[in-house]
Amino acid sequence: MSEKKITSSELALKIRRDAIEMTHVSGGSHIACILSMADIIAVLYSDILKYDINNPEDSGRDRFILSKGHAGGGLYAALAEVGFFDVSELLTHCANGSRLSGHVSHKDVPGVEFSTGSLGHGACVASGKAMALKKAGSNARVYTVVGDGECDEGSIWETALFANHYRLNNLTLIIDHNKMQSLDYCENTIELGSLAAKFKCFGWDVIEVDGHNHAELKDAFLRPRTDKPRCIVAHTIKGKGVSFMENNILYHYRDPKDEFYDLAVAELEVEK
Amino acid sequence: MRNTFIRTLSRMAGEDKKVCLITGDLGYGVLTNFWETYPEQFINAGVSEQNMTSVAAGMALEGNCVYTYSIANFPTLRCVEQIRNDVAYHNANVNIVSVGAGFAYGYLGMTHHATEDIAIMRALPKMVVFTPCDPYETEQVTVLSREIEGPCYIRLGKGGEKPLHTGDIKVELGKAIKLKDGEDTVIFVAGAIANEAIEASDILKEKGISCGVYSFPTVKPIDKDIINHFCGLMKTIYTLEEHNIVGGFGSAVCEVAAENGCGAKIDRLGINDEYVSAVGKQDYLRDLCGISGKKISEYILKAESGK
Repeated sequence: MSEKKITSSELALKIRRDAIEMTHVSGGSHIACILSMADIIAVLYSDILKYDINNPEDSGRDRFILSKGHAGGGLYAALAEVGFFDVSELLTHCANGSRLSGHVSHKDVPGVEFSTGSLGHGACVASGKAMALKKAGSNARVYTVVGDGECDEGSIWETALFANHYRLNNLTLIIDHNKMQSLDYCENTIELGSLAAKFKCFGWDVIEVDGHNHAELKDAFLRPRTDKPRCIVAHTIKGKGVSFMENNILYHYRDPKDEFYDLAVAELEVEK
Repeated sequence: MRNTFIRTLSRMAGEDKKVCLITGDLGYGVLTNFWETYPEQFINAGVSEQNMTSVAAGMALEGNCVYTYSIANFPTLRCVEQIRNDVAYHNANVNIVSVGAGFAYGYLGMTHHATEDIAIMRALPKMVVFTPCDPYETEQVTVLSREIEGPCYIRLGKGGEKPLHTGDIKVELGKAIKLKDGEDTVIFVAGAIANEAIEASDILKEKGISCGVYSFPTVKPIDKDIINHFCGLMKTIYTLEEHNIVGGFGSAVCEVAAENGCGAKIDRLGINDEYVSAVGKQDYLRDLCGISGKKISEYILKAESGK
């Protein structure tokens, strides 16, 4: 399977750096949404997921679906950095003729399990894959990252019922809980309350972590399984890693322009 | 039709472990034998059509051939974006089965009238749309859907539809099947309402008009050859569907006729772009909308006599 060439902290930094570059060049949006989940994706692709960059459709691979497809740039960056395709291609993000669309597309992109973009789809498809793999007796696992704003979608709760009922303990759903959505804080939009309590109430095996703490994330992924699907509520900061983007609703949509691009790059350079 | 479907699917499931059935908590009595015989190939997703459809996509992309099953608009309109993004875009091997085409559940009210589904399903790229007219066609359509490695929509009536075909038929993708010969005019029909077309043809015969009837078990792809053939032969072609005339089967026929540029008038018989709030059984509502055998024959008689 994959060679561990890169640590999770190195990968997280590369994802952030790539994403700034990609959104800057493309004028694309959702940079803050990518930054908030960068550590989750980095830990998954450096330490958790089984995959083979030379055989992306290997039947034994773990399946990863980015349900919050608007943060697709972050997934593309991770896939390129671990070797599914050339890192230089990332700069074609959203460009005419590129295979890297703003939201995640599987078309001709090695390593992408499923196309997403409309919210509340990926998690349900992940349940379907988990169901099929369980029935087939496969050891492969299914992981999906959803946004907290995405939990406004009813289908998330349909699949929350379904995955518990069918005891899909090969499924891990990670909520990138950055407390903000498109127009405002989640609590000012549609009150979510405690997502951990909600998923627990739906029967899931729930673990809450600091979504930027790699050790906590790894522990949550690797902890022994119960017979229930696992929900990791990852408390994150929207825009994490670039001070002026953190908890700033502007960067849900805005790409880093001009001096803000330089500032963002400079901040991430210091991280190196 | 639904019993023929499930009997055929059960046979297929016995031969092929990849064939799975997911219901949105419907099919009491109809699906019982299937889930008792093939529990490992059956899932009840509960009353959640969005999740049912996405789960079906996920399972199909892991190598299964999945049938989603529910009634009326639930497996189609309720979750159309899941069908579009998760099933059709990914060319997932999911077959969507809806029982209760048109007014089959007429007395249950407007929510249960499946009268826009053909239009919406056929607008989705990659989607094959099946509208079998009787148990014979239903059986073959079900088998054919397994052979297609991609999304299909199977629009069924309900229960108790009588066989309309006699003798051997063969359902082929994009091929209409003759139900009756006719010299003067022709009705093209999609679905179980074909019995009304046959009745209309019989009445017209007594009035001296010879009216052919062709069933279209596949609306998409559609039989262009037969449409073009009759466009060159008849002054008017009548299309019949238990569906809104906007976007459905009649519209599909119009598209082909218009592309071909030939002169036949296409007269679409169906629900005239309205919601039907009247209460009643299927026969009653068909008659109310002018698509019972009697009303169709009256309409065609008047139209043909005026020529």
